[in-house]
Amino acid sequence: MDAMIQAIIQGILLGGLFAAVGVGMNMIFGIVKITNLAHGDFLILACYLSLFFMGSFGANPFLSLIIVVPLMFFIGFALQATMLNKVLNRGDEPPLLITFGFSIIIQNLLLYFFTANAQKLQTPMLLKSISITDTIRIPVMYLISCLAGIVIILLLGVYMKNTYMGKAIRATSDDNEAAQLMGVNIKTTYGVAMGISMMTAGVAGVLIGILFNFYPNSGSTYLIIAFAVVVIGGIGNIYGTLAAGIIFGLAQVVGGQLLGASYQQLIGYLVLLIMLIVRPQGLFSK
Amino acid sequence: MSTLLRVENIDAFYGDFQAVQHASFDVEEYKIVSVIGTNGAGKTTLMKVIGGTLGARSGKVWFEDTDITGWPPHKIVDLGISQVPEGGMVFGRMSVKDNLIMGSYTPKARKGAKAALERVYELFPMLKEKADQASGSLSGGQRQMVAIGRALMSNPRLIFFDEISLGLAPTVIKDIYARIKQLNSEGITIILVEQDVKRSLRTCETAYVMLKGKVVLSGKSSDLTEEAVGKAYFGM
Ligand SMILES: Nc1ncnc2c1ncn2[C@@H]1O[C@H](COP(=O)(O)OP(=O)(O)OP(=O)(O)O)[C@@H](O)[C@H]1O
Ligand SMILES: [Mg+2]
Repeated sequence: MDAMIQAIIQGILLGGLFAAVGVGMNMIFGIVKITNLAHGDFLILACYLSLFFMGSFGANPFLSLIIVVPLMFFIGFALQATMLNKVLNRGDEPPLLITFGFSIIIQNLLLYFFTANAQKLQTPMLLKSISITDTIRIPVMYLISCLAGIVIILLLGVYMKNTYMGKAIRATSDDNEAAQLMGVNIKTTYGVAMGISMMTAGVAGVLIGILFNFYPNSGSTYLIIAFAVVVIGGIGNIYGTLAAGIIFGLAQVVGGQLLGASYQQLIGYLVLLIMLIVRPQGLFSK
Repeated sequence: MSTLLRVENIDAFYGDFQAVQHASFDVEEYKIVSVIGTNGAGKTTLMKVIGGTLGARSGKVWFEDTDITGWPPHKIVDLGISQVPEGGMVFGRMSVKDNLIMGSYTPKARKGAKAALERVYELFPMLKEKADQASGSLSGGQRQMVAIGRALMSNPRLIFFDEISLGLAPTVIKDIYARIKQLNSEGITIILVEQDVKRSLRTCETAYVMLKGKVVLSGKSSDLTEEAVGKAYFGM
C-alpha cells in the first residue's frame, strides 16, 4: 500500500517535470505550427551547456540556469529568425526537415565535444528527501522539478495573458494574417515564441540532467515524452500540458509499480497510443 | 484638399492568375470613397496590396508623400492605416477586450490605448458588456463591431471596410453605416468596399467600380447614376 502511495506521489511529481518538457514543444506546435523534432535534443543541449558552465558557478547546476536559460532563448530566437522563418510559406515539410537537421547537428556536436560517455549534473540536492511516514518519502529533487514545471506554466500563462507580446503570440496563433493587420511583425513573434520555448527546454533540461544520466543521443527519449504530453493535453493548451504531464507521469510510475519497472516506458507509450486513437485532439481541447 | 492615398497601376497575382490589372484610384483626406464590384472583381486583393499582406507585381501605393509599395503590414499600420478585413477576422479564441487591445499593438498606438478603449466602448457599449467573452462566441454583427472597434484602437487616419455588411441583418447594417458616417465626420478617411451599389452610392463621395480586376468606372457619386454603375458592375 505504501509502495503504491509512494508511486503515486512520484508519478505526480515526475508529471510536473514532463509538463515542463512538453510545454515548449506545444507552444511551437500551436503558434508557429511547426513540429520541432529537435525539442528533445535542445533539452539535452541545455544539459551539456549547464555542464560546461557549472564550473563558473561553484559547480552548482541550479546557478548555471542564470546563463543557460538566456542562452537557450538566444539560440531559439536566432534559429527561428535565420532559418525557420525563411521557409514559413513553403508547406509543412521544409520546417520539419530543418528541425530534423538541428537534431542531427546537435547530437553530433555534443558527441564531438563531450564524447559518448554518460554525464550527470551533480548536486547534493539529489540525495535529499522529506519523510512523510517511515516508508513514504518525497525526494526533494522531484519536488523541485514538479514545482519548476508548475511555475513555468503559470508564468507562461501570465505572460500570454497580460503582455502585448503574449497577446500578439496568441493572436498570431489564432489568425496570422489578422495579426499582421494589427501591426504584429509575425516573424519577430515566431522568434520570441521559439526563444521562450527554448527557455522552458533549458530549465527542463537542467532538471533532467540532475535527475538522470544523459548522453548526446538522449534527446529522442524526451522528444517522445514531449510529444505524448502535447497529444494528451491538446495542441495550444498550456494548462492542458500540465494535466497531461501528470497523467503521463502517473501512468508510467504507477503502471511500473503494478507490472514491474521494466514496463514503465511501455505503459507510457500505450497511454499515448490509446489517446491517439480515442481522442487525437487531446483531452482538454474543445 | 489633399490626397491621402494614391494607388497607381497595380498588378497583383495569385500564382499565374492575375486578380488585379492596372488598378488606380485616389482617396482624398476626410472623404468616403467606395470600391464597388461583384464577386471576384479583385476588391479584396487590392486592399491586401494596400495593406501590405500581398505584394504587387507592379505599380505603386503612396500615402501622402511616402511611397509605401512593398512595405510590411506592421509599418503600414504604424502610418495610421487600419482595416476591417473581409469577414471581420476577429481573434476568435481571444476575449473581446484582448481583440481591442491587439488593435493598439503598434508603438505609437500603445500610448493612446487607454483613451482609445474608452472611446470604442462609448461607440459600442455592447463591447464593454461582453469584454471578457471569447469573440468567437459572438453573433456575426457583434463580431463586426469587434472588428471595427479593433480597427479604431490605433487612432487611424484611414480605415478600409471590406464588405462590412456581408451576412448581416438590414437593421444591423443600417446601424453600422451610421457609425461609419459618424467616424468620417470625426475626421477619419474611409474606403468602403462593397457589392451593394445603392448603399455605397448613398454613403460615399467618390466611387470606383471594379470588374475582373480592372477599375472600369469612377466618378463623384453625385455624378454617377445607379444605372451607369450597374452596367459597369456587370460589364454590360
Ligand atoms: N488566395 C487566393 N488564391 C488564389 N486565387 C485567389 C485568392 N484569393 C482570391 N483569388 C481570386 O482572385 C480573384 C479576385 O478575388 P478577390 O477576393 O480580390 O475578389 P473580391 O472582389 O474581393 O470578391 P468578393 O466580393 O467575393 O469578396 C477571384 O477570381 C478569386 O477567385
Ligand atoms: Mg472580397
